[in-house]
Amino acid sequence: MKGQVFAISMVVMSGVATFILFISTMHSLDFTRSKFYREYNFADVFVNLKRAPESLKDKLKNINGVRQLETRVSAYAKLDIQGYAENVTGKIVSIPDDGNPLLNRLYIRQGRLPDPFKDNEVVINETFAQAHGFKLGDQLAAVINGKWKKLTITGIALSPEFVLVMKVGAMTPDFKRFGILWMSRKAISKACDMDGAFNDVVLSLYPKARESDVIRDLDAILGSYGGYGAYSRKDQMSHRLLSEEMKQLRTSSRIYPVIFICVAAFLLNIVMSRIINTQREQIAILKAFGYNDFAVGAHYAKMVVLIISAGVATGIAAGIWLGNMMGNIYMEFYRFPAFIYTLHPEVLMIAVSVSVVSALAGTMHSLWKAAKQPPAEAMRPEAPARYRVTLIEKTGVGRWLTQPARIIARNIERKPIRTFLSIVGIAVSCATMVSSGFFKDSIDFMVKAQYVFSQKEDLTVSFIEPTSYRTLYELKQTPGIHDAEGFRTVPVKLKFGHRSYKTVINGTETEGRLHLLLDTNLHSIPLPESGILLTDHLGKILGVKVGDVLTVETLEGAKAIRQVTVVGMAKQYLGAMGYMNLNALNRLMKEGDAISGAYLVTDALYREKLFRTFVEMPRVADVYIRQNEINNIYEVMAKSMLYFTFIAMLMACSIAFGVVYNSARISLSERSRELSSLRVLGYTRGEIAYILLGELAIITLAAIPLGFFIGYWLCAYVAYALASDLFRVPLVIELKTYAVAASVVIFSAMVSGLIVRRKLDHLDLVEVLKTKE
Amino acid sequence: MNHLKENFFQVRDLTKVYKMGEVEVHALRGVNMELFAGELVVLLGPSGSGKSTLLNIMGGLDTATSGFVSYRGKDLTQATEKELTEYRRFHVGFVFQFYNLISSLTARENVAVVTEIAENPMSPEKALELVGLTERTNHFPAQLSGGEQQRVAIARAISKNPAVLLCDEPTGALDSKTGILVLQALERINHELGTATAIITHNVDIAGMADRVIHLSNGKIADVTENKVKKSASKLQW
Repeated sequence: MKGQVFAISMVVMSGVATFILFISTMHSLDFTRSKFYREYNFADVFVNLKRAPESLKDKLKNINGVRQLETRVSAYAKLDIQGYAENVTGKIVSIPDDGNPLLNRLYIRQGRLPDPFKDNEVVINETFAQAHGFKLGDQLAAVINGKWKKLTITGIALSPEFVLVMKVGAMTPDFKRFGILWMSRKAISKACDMDGAFNDVVLSLYPKARESDVIRDLDAILGSYGGYGAYSRKDQMSHRLLSEEMKQLRTSSRIYPVIFICVAAFLLNIVMSRIINTQREQIAILKAFGYNDFAVGAHYAKMVVLIISAGVATGIAAGIWLGNMMGNIYMEFYRFPAFIYTLHPEVLMIAVSVSVVSALAGTMHSLWKAAKQPPAEAMRPEAPARYRVTLIEKTGVGRWLTQPARIIARNIERKPIRTFLSIVGIAVSCATMVSSGFFKDSIDFMVKAQYVFSQKEDLTVSFIEPTSYRTLYELKQTPGIHDAEGFRTVPVKLKFGHRSYKTVINGTETEGRLHLLLDTNLHSIPLPESGILLTDHLGKILGVKVGDVLTVETLEGAKAIRQVTVVGMAKQYLGAMGYMNLNALNRLMKEGDAISGAYLVTDALYREKLFRTFVEMPRVADVYIRQNEINNIYEVMAKSMLYFTFIAMLMACSIAFGVVYNSARISLSERSRELSSLRVLGYTRGEIAYILLGELAIITLAAIPLGFFIGYWLCAYVAYALASDLFRVPLVIELKTYAVAASVVIFSAMVSGLIVRRKLDHLDLVEVLKTKE
Repeated sequence: MNHLKENFFQVRDLTKVYKMGEVEVHALRGVNMELFAGELVVLLGPSGSGKSTLLNIMGGLDTATSGFVSYRGKDLTQATEKELTEYRRFHVGFVFQFYNLISSLTARENVAVVTEIAENPMSPEKALELVGLTERTNHFPAQLSGGEQQRVAIARAISKNPAVLLCDEPTGALDSKTGILVLQALERINHELGTATAIITHNVDIAGMADRVIHLSNGKIADVTENKVKKSASKLQW
């Protein structure tokens, strides 16, 4: 029994551990985040605008429902870091001259806030500081509003606004190339010519305030000051990404523990029914002595509880350990003053009671049989097993089967439910492996779709504001640039019926070759001369079909409102936006031939020189390097994926081992007599092992395709559950993932097979012959 | 008479000591005996006399503590696991008290289990015919009576054309009428195929059908008697 109890404990442990891991990490993140938000006064509503006079602040403060409001100045700066050749972007956010802001207060990890009387001091965010190894007093050069400035780091800080620091439009955070810099209001205002003005507002609301009303009022006031539209916390980038992560944890906590608990219940069922079968006589004797059904049932129930309690206990410990480990991995990306690991007592209670209840439910049938048996019947040996000629033999294959093969076939067919459940159990372990490999495959595919098929450019520059198309000719003249295409990005609000969505429209050149739109088969879709293409997901959000007419409200420039026909949908895995022909977009904007940036094909030899050129070009706000994006994605992935794959593999192995080992042990116990008889008749150890393990091999091999199937649908569910307007996970599973999943299952089946084989080699031939079954 | 026949088994000073917890059980205390080609021997003794232990060692299922057992000159006590398996596979047939059939296989298939791996087997149909079960070849053990199951076991044991048939209480689980049917089958095999047969029993009445009766008691051979006149199995009763 030792081995079997161990195998069951492993499965129970995996179930409890994953449950606690996912739930406790989610609760911990939630608690840590709420605490940080509360103590550091995270704002409820945010809005960016072009420029408004500070005198407008009182009017904004008086909007019904606004509790606290702060105006700020924010700007993007190009940073030049010594010893780091690539372009780095900083987002500068002002802090009041009289100290820490009211809203989105800073947690100072090191150093101090900038001195308001000095215009060159900054506090930087922690991930940025760590990525470059900045210390207090270090200096960095910045181009703010086209002017060079040397900045000194006086502090390293965290903010509830930037728990996760990520550039808009990026797939993953890039701590080296994007950082947050907090400067005193006076200093940044001077640098950006924003004295007595602001371009950024954050505010908090009274508990009962209606957020949508406040946003409407804000937009009404700020519309004429170039407001880009207010948005609430749920659309704030850092908050949004953290929420998505928690959603992912919740999805995982719903899938994996359920699988394990079901498998454990099934294993307990087969083990308990075997135990009860072999103990029929003892049960009968107990009942003959006057023990009632309840007492007999309770005895076995206690046994079940005892068997799983070891798994539950170790599962709780492992879950806490893994939860802390996962918390630490999160802390690499999500920055809080401290990660507070919280394990609610009710989570423990749920873990324990669900395990116990499902284990008892799994063994209920056997228990019921044990308790119900009349003593006289129980004392008689069990009726001999009835067999039939199997269906497969009836097809004519039977003639070719050897007797051992026949034994295997008939055993498999005699207990179809148990065989089926064993197959499902092993299939589930295979599916778990498939789902763990799926994450890598889907990210690979996303990268391929986004950066190989869709984006042919290797550099992208964006300008501070829309610029004349002539700039493109200048760029094309620059040594090292082989090709350049302009693009225009316009922030808009798209409306259809009662639905609306804030996003951007991206305009690219007629017959552009660099930045392609793709359909689901990764074939490029040509951009028509007029009309708008939408990301397929955006089409769903707005409920539009091709041919429908959308209302486009531009949030920049003249704020025109236009009607545009939807001419197609494009498959995109990131974001949700609209695409138009550059000329059509400019016509829509009633602007000349403006562009907001350019896609470039460059010569690798000139790369560094180009970076310097761009830093010094006042018009260039930012530079994206395609290869950096790709590298960064894999860097981030390597950190978290490895951990998840490791856990998934551990779990898959524990299930496969648990199921195969238990099935083998049960078969061995049920059939040791038969197998010994064969040994006596002159069969070798290998030949009888073939009979026992051949059955398991067939079950395992049958389970693998089913595992692929379940795995595919599990991934489909995960992809569906995680889809949001931020990203969609493509349902792509590579052959390699299937192969790895199958190998892991086969390997753990083989290990358990070998253990059983050792037992088989030590069958006591004489002992078996003496007893009647 | 026996000295004219080949001596299949030679057992010399055979002892077997089991450790049951802290108690040593002396199952065999220096047994000497022979089994000759073609003869039918009954090993008679009460339970605990060591007769099953003796048969198990002769059958290559158990090892001796000391002494010597040879089969056609080959020392079984020194044989490796592989040699013992081969010995059981090709030379000796077993019949047990509890039949030990494979419940998932029909009567014919139970016999085929052995014929498939034997060197010079008869057909399963022939073996079943010898025990009078031609009509039941496609029945599963669960569909057969105890006597029929035991006769399948005998068919299985003889189908490889073994030199020796070792039977451990073959009628122990059967009523007398069925038991006699089983003994008739054994008698027929011994007679028609000339298979040397050793039958273990505690049933004194069965001794009548033997060429020789070896009496075991307390791990030793107490007496060996020869039946001048063999009784036919059909004439036995108990």
